[in-house]
Amino acid sequence: MELLVALTIGVLTAVGIYLMLRQRSFPVILGLTFLSYAVNLFLFASGRLALNAAPIIGTTDTPTDPLPQALVLTAIVISFGMTAVILIMAIGGNLAAGHDRIDLGQDPRDDA
Amino acid sequence: MTHWIIAPIVLPALAAALMLLALRGSLALQRLLSVAAILGLCAIAAALLMLVTKTGPEAYFLGDWPAPFGIVLVLDRLSALMLALLAGLALPVVIYAIGSDWDARGAHFHPLLQFLLMGIGGAFLTGDAFNLFVFFEVMLIASYGLMVHGGGAGRTRAGLQYVAFNLVGSSLFLVALGLLYSVTGTLNLADLAEKLPHLPDGDTALLRVAAVMLIMVFAIKAALVPLQFWLPGTYAAAPGVVAAIFAVMTKVGVYATLRFATLVFPPALHATDLLIAAFLLPAGLATLGLGAVGVLGASTLPRLAAFAGIASTGTIIIAIAHLTPEGTAAALYYTLHSTLATALIFLLADLIDRRRADLRLDHPAPVANPGLMGALFLIAALALAGMPPLSGFVGKLLILDAWQDHMLQVWAAVLVTSFLMILGFARAGSLLFWKPTEAAPPIRPEPVALLAPFVLLAGLVALTVLAGPIHDWLRVAADDLHYPKAYIDANHLAKGD
Repeated sequence: MELLVALTIGVLTAVGIYLMLRQRSFPVILGLTFLSYAVNLFLFASGRLALNAAPIIGTTDTPTDPLPQALVLTAIVISFGMTAVILIMAIGGNLAAGHDRIDLGQDPRDDA
Repeated sequence: MTHWIIAPIVLPALAAALMLLALRGSLALQRLLSVAAILGLCAIAAALLMLVTKTGPEAYFLGDWPAPFGIVLVLDRLSALMLALLAGLALPVVIYAIGSDWDARGAHFHPLLQFLLMGIGGAFLTGDAFNLFVFFEVMLIASYGLMVHGGGAGRTRAGLQYVAFNLVGSSLFLVALGLLYSVTGTLNLADLAEKLPHLPDGDTALLRVAAVMLIMVFAIKAALVPLQFWLPGTYAAAPGVVAAIFAVMTKVGVYATLRFATLVFPPALHATDLLIAAFLLPAGLATLGLGAVGVLGASTLPRLAAFAGIASTGTIIIAIAHLTPEGTAAALYYTLHSTLATALIFLLADLIDRRRADLRLDHPAPVANPGLMGALFLIAALALAGMPPLSGFVGKLLILDAWQDHMLQVWAAVLVTSFLMILGFARAGSLLFWKPTEAAPPIRPEPVALLAPFVLLAGLVALTVLAGPIHDWLRVAADDLHYPKAYIDANHLAKGD
């Protein structure tokens, strides 16, 4: 269980970092999304992994920690909103500049 | 418990919501409400400043949940000071935005500005690490909107990079918070300060990773070398008036670094020891050096302003890295100075660029009303380079005084970079003002916009004239930070598990 979760987080992070280092905006955004999935899983695991344990006292013998779940919920909402914002900006940049390269300095209009 | 502590968060939030819901169609009413809300924020910040001077740290329990289970806002001298700085900067910025019609060049300038003030104010006040993350995000999402205000291909593309960089920063922040929570089971700052000294030895490694990641996140916000790459492009591409209010956003990173380095990971904490200081001093020195070289080589005035801002953040970090009350007091004084001075140079960059036909510094183009612009530029340059008679000189003197024991590194760095910055400003100033080829094109007079630099200037002069009493007050604030018993006690932590 621990190994599986750790491997998943590792693979998601690796994929995220690889995509983030690409030159076009769409892979970069995908990379950021993968990274935020990895982070959400990691946050979830920070309350220790437990099987068949609800985060409510009285439902099971050993309830799990509810706080990381609340943190993950907040983090998911925020990263969802941020992804929407960056997508809109990427589309706007693409429409305005005519290309979707994410590096600056390639376009004479960048200095303006 | 006084309810005024939450007012700096609630007031801008209400103002922004009202503008979006009821005043959508009328820029004039939005302007009126925006100025009124900021004046209100100034009054509240001043009242809180007096309150904290009288009573010491005080906590506000959201929903009346006891700490560490609920979220708590803590007002201490540092947070009251930063709030006052925020309100004091927002006033000239909003005056300038109205006077120069920047707010009419795109939708929703004033609501976004209010949301930005709410996020920054919340970040200064909160006593909970996860809540700090949330307020960072509030601040950032408002800043994304402000950054691309007015549109244009270059600005939107620079904005995209800015957002991507900050999303990575937010992810790192969450990982660090997860690590902190996994070893301590709490995210309340005062509770962390209580629990970390009793951490079992096996968890030390995780805690050190968390500490380094947190400092990295704050270094991204504060734009410390080697994480400064996003700043020059972003701030130079942002509208001048937005860059001026962003001057306080890098200070949020500085604030968070100072809070964590003194409260959560103090030098006395065995697990992290001098880890933080070991990172901060080289980063501060490198940031200062890079900023000074950038000032010397900047191609446009907004880039010059951005690098001057980087250099001043580096100077603050050097002072913080001393991790003593003397160093912290100097850092706080320099923070006040550098925020006002950086905002001043950004506003000036915008004012001067509107008076020239060409944006590049090395292309000859005359400046309209060169006398006034030249004089203001000279004053801003003196302030930023740390020359007498303005407060930058006092600030640098305090920092040098705190670092007497390590004269060689720090003194050399601060003095040499001051010289480089003087050269850089002299180069820019002579390129701009000493080549009067032909008459400049006539421009529309903007008396209201011109008021803003003078408000900032008045702040710098007040900081210089009142340097003595202000420094005494800051010294008490620094003592409170380094001996945080009053801060922790204000949380009334629930005892026992």
